[in-house]
Amino acid sequence: MSLTTAHSVVVPSQTSKRIAGTIVILYALISIVPLLWIFATSVKTPPDSIAYPPKIMFQPSVEGYCNLFTTRTRQTPEYIESLPPAANFCDEVARKRNMVIAGPSNFVPRFVNSLVIAFGSTFCAVFLGTLAAYGFSRFKVPLADDLLFFILSTRMMPPIAVAIPIYLMYRELGLSDSALGMILLYTAVNVSLAVWLLKGFIDEIPREYEEAAMIDGYTRLQAFWKVVLPQATTGIAATAIFCLIFAWNEYAFAALLTSGQAQTAPPFIPQIIGEGGQDWPAVAAGTTIFLVPILVFTILLRKQLLRGITFGAVRK
Amino acid sequence: MAEIRVENLRKEFSGFTAVQNSNFTVADGEFFVMLGPSGCGKTTTLRMIAGLELPTSGRILLGGEDVSMKRARERDIAFVFQLFALYPHMNVRKNIGFPLLSQGMAKGDIRRRVEEVAKLLRIDHILDKPVSGLAGGDRQRVALGRAIVRRPLCFLMDEPLGTLDAEFRDLMVHELRELHTRIGATTVYVTHDQLEAMSMADKIAVMNHGLIEQFGTPREIYDRPRTMYVANFMGSPPMNFLPFHAGLAVGDAEVSIRDTKIAVPAIREARAPGDLVLGVRPEHVRLDDGSGLRGSVLGAEYLGTTQIVVVATADGVVKARIGAEQTVTAGENVGLSFASQHLSLFDESSGLAVQTALFDEVAYV
Repeated sequence: MSLTTAHSVVVPSQTSKRIAGTIVILYALISIVPLLWIFATSVKTPPDSIAYPPKIMFQPSVEGYCNLFTTRTRQTPEYIESLPPAANFCDEVARKRNMVIAGPSNFVPRFVNSLVIAFGSTFCAVFLGTLAAYGFSRFKVPLADDLLFFILSTRMMPPIAVAIPIYLMYRELGLSDSALGMILLYTAVNVSLAVWLLKGFIDEIPREYEEAAMIDGYTRLQAFWKVVLPQATTGIAATAIFCLIFAWNEYAFAALLTSGQAQTAPPFIPQIIGEGGQDWPAVAAGTTIFLVPILVFTILLRKQLLRGITFGAVRK
Repeated sequence: MAEIRVENLRKEFSGFTAVQNSNFTVADGEFFVMLGPSGCGKTTTLRMIAGLELPTSGRILLGGEDVSMKRARERDIAFVFQLFALYPHMNVRKNIGFPLLSQGMAKGDIRRRVEEVAKLLRIDHILDKPVSGLAGGDRQRVALGRAIVRRPLCFLMDEPLGTLDAEFRDLMVHELRELHTRIGATTVYVTHDQLEAMSMADKIAVMNHGLIEQFGTPREIYDRPRTMYVANFMGSPPMNFLPFHAGLAVGDAEVSIRDTKIAVPAIREARAPGDLVLGVRPEHVRLDDGSGLRGSVLGAEYLGTTQIVVVATADGVVKARIGAEQTVTAGENVGLSFASQHLSLFDESSGLAVQTALFDEVAYV
């Protein structure tokens, strides 16, 4: 019951601390430069974004964001002059480039698709994974070890290896280009990770708690809900974030299986490039916005994530 | 409150028998202790009474009702776990109230009952604290509170003092016994500590290898052990065993070890000549220069009011508990005599006690 902290045997010296700190800072810089570059590009004008040498100092502009959210058509300068004055900033920017805003782009619906599919599949994977992990942890499941190995083995090949069979199956079943199809697919990929991670967390929760709850007059399901789940929240959060990151970032299946209605943001963002020249600021703006949900989720759950990463290495 | 009756209870795990044919009855309001080394089946028996394990065969009756195959939540019992199993995500008040919540009791009633119980256990000042920061004794009291708040038919406790410091343990032994006197609930208590068992129990069952070796009051178990195992398990230091070869006739009142005649309680069963063992508790050994049974002193442990003198005889080492004021020196040759009416006789091969006058007034066989 007692909570002990791990102590390193050797107290780190001042020098080694400094070296370690330098390495961490260098690594952080290297990791963060591409992100800063993307953000900087997203607030450049299209000419600035392709300027050579690259501009470090520039006049920021939201043109990239305007272009991300809209579709535009090229018009003659005469026609543009005949229009009433520009209603907003985006109108003005478009007109300067001899364009007129024709309507909203598909970015918002694609982004919503990403949210629905990623969170939906994460919820399903964690829900099924928790129940399965509890079953494997607490009951005598016949051939439990073989079953667990089977579940793990689904991760032993790259998921894309089954892309063609899945493409054909989905076409037959009418699941192509549907959010449901994508949720099922990502759930299937993630559930094995969820079962294994969560089994480890649930194994750590002593059975006495459920036994105590059952003696206190609760059914096993109630005991699971009221006593096991609250103690497994760390594990569930860590598992959820791993599943979410996978489903959010997944590109290959999304590109293959979705093209219209259910298309997610990852295959959509590169398509922006083709719409009227190499519009890097719009692509960068899409990427920046795409990063936000996962960033927020990760910051909110950073403690659990850390625990999930170091899982097995540091025991309570 | 209720009587607990266990009939022919048996539990097998894959390929191994944890409990074999247990039979005992715990009377209403009794404090019953199952005592034995780890792996003897005491915890498995307790878990079967609780409904956390189902028996392979046999019956468990709680207040006359057969509950052998019922779920734990249908049995109206309370269980105190070795590690207490306090729900870490709830505070003390919620932990104690948790069993009442399952019965759908109104919030106000739960509050009142929890506070009553907390007052009884003197933990009313920590009701709103989280359980994670509590000291061992307080954790113990919260676990007890969660058990008694329900007013169940009986309490089951699985080595609840096992993890406490020695100092706390003595205090809790006292508190547990006091609590039992106050609420008078039928209690089944599992421990491997004979001192805990002796100081708390109304009845003890000594278990070994899934079998109940002896069932009785602490006094019976200590004074009239039914088997050599019990004689050896109870007492510190345990009973001395002196092997000898003889036949016995009904009415005999002495045995001879190496020509020394030793008076014993009158024999009640005839036995053909065979290997027997004379059992004598250290406190029933006296130093007696007139005795023919002699040995040399190996050493003495001074314990304040008494001392344990270790004597090597031709029949093995004998430990004697004698007054601290006597002086004995190592290497000294001393004679030993025994308090005859307290001696036990065992059959060496079976380990069972020979029927003698020692058992004349025993209620439990």
